[in-house]
Amino acid sequence: MTTFDYAPALESRTIVTIDPQYGHFINGSFTKGSNHFASINPSDETVLSHVALGSAQDIDTAVDAARVAYESVWSKLSGKERGKYLYRIARILQERAREFAVLESLDNGKPIRESRDVDVPLAAAHFFYHAGWADKLDYAGMGNSPRPHGVAGQIIPWNFPILMLSWKIAPALAAGNTVVLKPAETTSLTALLFAQVCQQAELPAGVVNIVTGDGSTGAALVDHPGIDKIAFTGSTEVGKAIARAIAPTKKKATLELGGKAANIVFEDAPIDETVEGIVNGIFFNQGHVCCAGSRLLLQEDVADEVLSKLKVRVAKIRVGNPLDKNTDLGAINSSEQLLKIRELSKSGDDEGAERWSPPCTVPEKGFWFPPTIFTGITQAHRIAREEIFGPVLSVLTFRTPQEAIEKANNTPYGLSAGIWSEKGSRILWAAQQLKAGVIWANTFNKFDPASPFGGYKESGWGREGGRHGLTAYLKDAESNNE
Amino acid sequence: MNERLKVKKTYKLFIGGAFPRSESGRTYEVKGSDGGFIANACMASRKDLKDAVVAARSAQSTWASATAYNRGQILYRIAEMLEGRSEQFVKEISASEGISELKAEREVLAAIDRWVWYAGWSDKLAVLAGSTNPVSGPYYNFTIPEAMGVVGAIATEKNSLLGLVDAIAPIIVSGNTCIVLASGTAPLSAMTFAEVLATSDLPHGVCNILTGSKEELAPWFASHMDINGLDISGVDEPSLVSDIKTAGAQNLKRIHSFSKVQDPKRILAFMEAKTIWHPIGV
Repeated sequence: MTTFDYAPALESRTIVTIDPQYGHFINGSFTKGSNHFASINPSDETVLSHVALGSAQDIDTAVDAARVAYESVWSKLSGKERGKYLYRIARILQERAREFAVLESLDNGKPIRESRDVDVPLAAAHFFYHAGWADKLDYAGMGNSPRPHGVAGQIIPWNFPILMLSWKIAPALAAGNTVVLKPAETTSLTALLFAQVCQQAELPAGVVNIVTGDGSTGAALVDHPGIDKIAFTGSTEVGKAIARAIAPTKKKATLELGGKAANIVFEDAPIDETVEGIVNGIFFNQGHVCCAGSRLLLQEDVADEVLSKLKVRVAKIRVGNPLDKNTDLGAINSSEQLLKIRELSKSGDDEGAERWSPPCTVPEKGFWFPPTIFTGITQAHRIAREEIFGPVLSVLTFRTPQEAIEKANNTPYGLSAGIWSEKGSRILWAAQQLKAGVIWANTFNKFDPASPFGGYKESGWGREGGRHGLTAYLKDAESNNE
Repeated sequence: MNERLKVKKTYKLFIGGAFPRSESGRTYEVKGSDGGFIANACMASRKDLKDAVVAARSAQSTWASATAYNRGQILYRIAEMLEGRSEQFVKEISASEGISELKAEREVLAAIDRWVWYAGWSDKLAVLAGSTNPVSGPYYNFTIPEAMGVVGAIATEKNSLLGLVDAIAPIIVSGNTCIVLASGTAPLSAMTFAEVLATSDLPHGVCNILTGSKEELAPWFASHMDINGLDISGVDEPSLVSDIKTAGAQNLKRIHSFSKVQDPKRILAFMEAKTIWHPIGV
């Protein structure tokens, strides 16, 4: 029998020019940098470039540049003019969108479909949205003439590199802060391309500084006395370390940390849409999503039906070359992350859960993990409690709505949750009961610059996006309230 | 002729709507401004704090699910009860803080009015801090502020009654429950205030009041894993503030200190923004 399959539809990488080596972007220009390390393509392990390992000295230089830019230029500029710079950046991001998308997929391993349709357009939208706030800060709910903090130190993760950069830089600049940003160790390239965007936009030197490096670079940034505000997205463990590090200081912080979101399917859910939502909830971006719907809670009456339809659907997920426009699931971002996913999945096997993956061949080179579903899980299993940050779904069941809520809230995290039901009153009831900052009802993994994002409990401090996110970069004109 | 001997009050703690002594059996002497003995106050222990957190946690979801109108009425009821007993508070504060009755009266009246001010906020917070968000897609998206859970507070040393009210009212008006450590030097009006709470239809456990040592208890407040937020307006020592923030990092406790009174930010600091998405379609 003839089987039909998709022919490869590769996005060309010729649109991207990658230098063999990069320095830091400090005070409007690139430094030479030192102690360069390789940045590799996780889908084939080829070296894309070498980026500099930022030292405490580099951080110091960057913070000084940001301070000078804040004192002498940025804080003196009117909101209207600041906004116009942000509009320029948004436009340039749109103009160079394909370039950013290809580079992001090369560096991160995510499918071009996602970098092209989600990450980059949203990044541009974040700048466009916040540009409009810059001259309207009096209406942000902080009283008249709220002030920026000064210099913001920002540390972002590798799962949405350019998008997280825009979540951090756009509101900071709109509010009148200057920034020093450290991209993740494995995904610096789009941040460095963004530095070129700042140059093209003629953004005053020192307003945005980008220092590449690893955890030690990030720690130097957190500890630098010239930083007024920390914004971090990453693991809860590092978030707590940052909270401790700044305890003796006056530094403010927003922390976007881990999650273990419940995706709750009630018996009256629209099954086909729900199956799509479950897939999008956990397999979007290889599951490298802090708000991923990694705990599927199925009401017993529909559990078998949902699970069998889900397996049929998951078997159709195309795993492979991130630059192929047909690819659904790309490469795991790093060997380190792959090991973590493997280790946690093995704990699922060891603790007696049942593992299922569709037959799927993955490339020889690179870091790959097939879409995986675990059933037969209790709340005590590690894979039901710990964030896996990979394409691994843990399935639990419940009988009553109350039980679903109890299980959903039984976690130190509280970032997001999903609800699937056709009954309006039940959705609103469940949304009220869930202890999570973002709740998707009959949808999942939707993001927008106008929509506040952030978690309860150990998922972090503060919100990003919307008016709520903007206020994290402002302080009251008169009060000393923290 | 024998003069009638006054019946003095035993000051205890206020946990889960009851007035227990400290499980530790410890008390400390509360002295007036002239150095004379006034009463023994309970020196609350870590275990008392744990009991108070259990009471606060079990009361929280019911309190949060009461309508905002209902919570507002109960807070207003607290003002009514306080008004009726204002004379008693004036005498007590004047004696223990060594201030004139006139000054004490001003504090008591301010405390009553503060309750009225906060009572009115219960059904306006969502207007102040909520929003519908125009996302670019066919989704209805809105953000509502919601109570955080269990919140602790270290009340200020001075203005023993007003400081206590400034700590409690903004925490509970939104649906949080609280455990507050009263002024260490002037704890008595706090325990008398507990009697006001006990007769104001406030559900048991919504507000729990401890007396004792700030230095001893504040770090336990900070490290308790079932306390979501902490108001440390009553802590001035920088080293203690730093210790509290360090310990609080273990569960990423929301820790705040306020200098401004009668400020809705004191309420919002202990609320979480919840954003809900739903598709629009036929």
